[in-house]
Amino acid sequence: MSLTLETASAAPVTAALPEAAPISSSSLFSRLRNPLLAVIFPGAMVIVWHLATYGQKYSLIPPPSDVALALWDLAFGGINDDAYSKTLHIHLLASLSRVYGGFAIALSVALPLGLLIGRIALIRRVLDPTLQVLRPIPVTAWLPLAMIMFGLGPRSAFFLVCLGAFYPILINTIFGVRTVDQRLFEAASMLGCQGTAQFFRVVLPASLPAIFTGLRLGLGFAWVVIVVGEMTGVQTGLGAIIMEARQLSRTEIVICGMVVIGVAGFISDRIVVVLGKRLLRWSPSFA
Amino acid sequence: MREGANPILALRGVSKQFELQGERIEALRDANLRVRPGEFVCLIGASGCGKSTLLRIVAGFETATRGQALMWDRPITGPGPERGMVFQDYGLFPWLTVRANIGFGPSARGRPAQEVKETVERFITMVGLQRFADAYPHQLSGGMKQRVAIARVLANEAEIVLMDEPFGALDAMTRERLQDELLEIWQRTRLTVLFVTHSIEEAIFLGDRIMVMSPGPGRIDTEFPVDLPRPRDVVAADFNDLRRELSLKLHSDHARKAA
Repeated sequence: MSLTLETASAAPVTAALPEAAPISSSSLFSRLRNPLLAVIFPGAMVIVWHLATYGQKYSLIPPPSDVALALWDLAFGGINDDAYSKTLHIHLLASLSRVYGGFAIALSVALPLGLLIGRIALIRRVLDPTLQVLRPIPVTAWLPLAMIMFGLGPRSAFFLVCLGAFYPILINTIFGVRTVDQRLFEAASMLGCQGTAQFFRVVLPASLPAIFTGLRLGLGFAWVVIVVGEMTGVQTGLGAIIMEARQLSRTEIVICGMVVIGVAGFISDRIVVVLGKRLLRWSPSFA
Repeated sequence: MREGANPILALRGVSKQFELQGERIEALRDANLRVRPGEFVCLIGASGCGKSTLLRIVAGFETATRGQALMWDRPITGPGPERGMVFQDYGLFPWLTVRANIGFGPSARGRPAQEVKETVERFITMVGLQRFADAYPHQLSGGMKQRVAIARVLANEAEIVLMDEPFGALDAMTRERLQDELLEIWQRTRLTVLFVTHSIEEAIFLGDRIMVMSPGPGRIDTEFPVDLPRPRDVVAADFNDLRRELSLKLHSDHARKAA
């Protein structure tokens, strides 16, 4: 088109373009600064822990060095050569499968349900009160019923993990759908996108940031409840060895389990955040 | 383009009432308006005069309590692509790029992908946003967002563009630039524009006709034809005369309401 408005292309560029990398970020110090700051506090905690426990004859809490050795043995063996040696991968995989399996089940139910509750007033009136009453019930309280309904073993574990992840996904999805800017519906309908077509073209994309927050919280909760989930008589899993080691007074194994859950939960959250930043780079709150 | 006596848009005795906390509000009383194809009509008035309500009835977002709103002699029953709306707060889809925002209408209406692509390129060029075609709305300035919003309704084959204080949130320089651009697009495409503003100068600069509205209850009060030649000079004597006349009219309405 030759009649292009030249004024526009000559306009001063006032747009806030995607943020450029900070200028001095190439220097090693500034790149390592944040990780360094992040390890100061845990480092100090370990030192306090060490001073309080090391060399004490009757300390019930093992010093950090014992825990480190136990963790090495749990992962690679060669130190204690007992029932726990070189079994970490088995337990980690078992827990990972329950966390992600339970999370996937929760997602497949909570997401569509949240979209429906958020969008359709009748469904909201029917289901929302019940859900609000069920929501405060702790996952721990469900343990006995879960074991009756699903029996001893992994099925109960999946159920409990799923329950932990369910509400954050559901609540955030409902919130996302309910808070879509009314203006966007008007914009869509005056452009010729009306009725159910708005669901996929407006409601779903507009609620994605909130849904994503729900996923992140849900996955976090799945890790939080993994120990309860594995109190259901399963033989493997990080939660299972924590409960078993506790009965055997192997506190260093208990702490190993805690450390591994923490690290695994952290890594799985980082993965979700990175994915979210890619998928939601249009959103000012994620980009 | 159809010409002659046949108006593209006609309002006949349109009234709108709604309830607000148990109180009956008369937002618009007995509004009559005929807009010819290709005309640029401005609605001006203080807040509460019903100018936005009138526009939203034409857009199909609200229904009239009494009276009729007709487009090409057919009653308006809901929003439609032939009546494109440009909002003051843009109403762009934040998850779509500039390109996809402009293509939203055509692709939602099932146009073939190749056709959508060509249309989008044409209108991106028209509003001069080629360099920002793949940017997201949050990366754009207000003026650029409003260019996207205008391109979006034009790309969707709107016959009449409804603009609700579209430049009200922009700084003075950007506003003037966009006014010029809008006039150029309007003259080139022979669009029909219904433009709500509270700026007297903007109304005189843009409009073929200015409908002055007054509040309590909201109604169309007077009509001012603007017979100044285009492009208009905002510091010319006749421009100023009209500005004074309109200003007096608006302030007397205001004073009467306050009394």
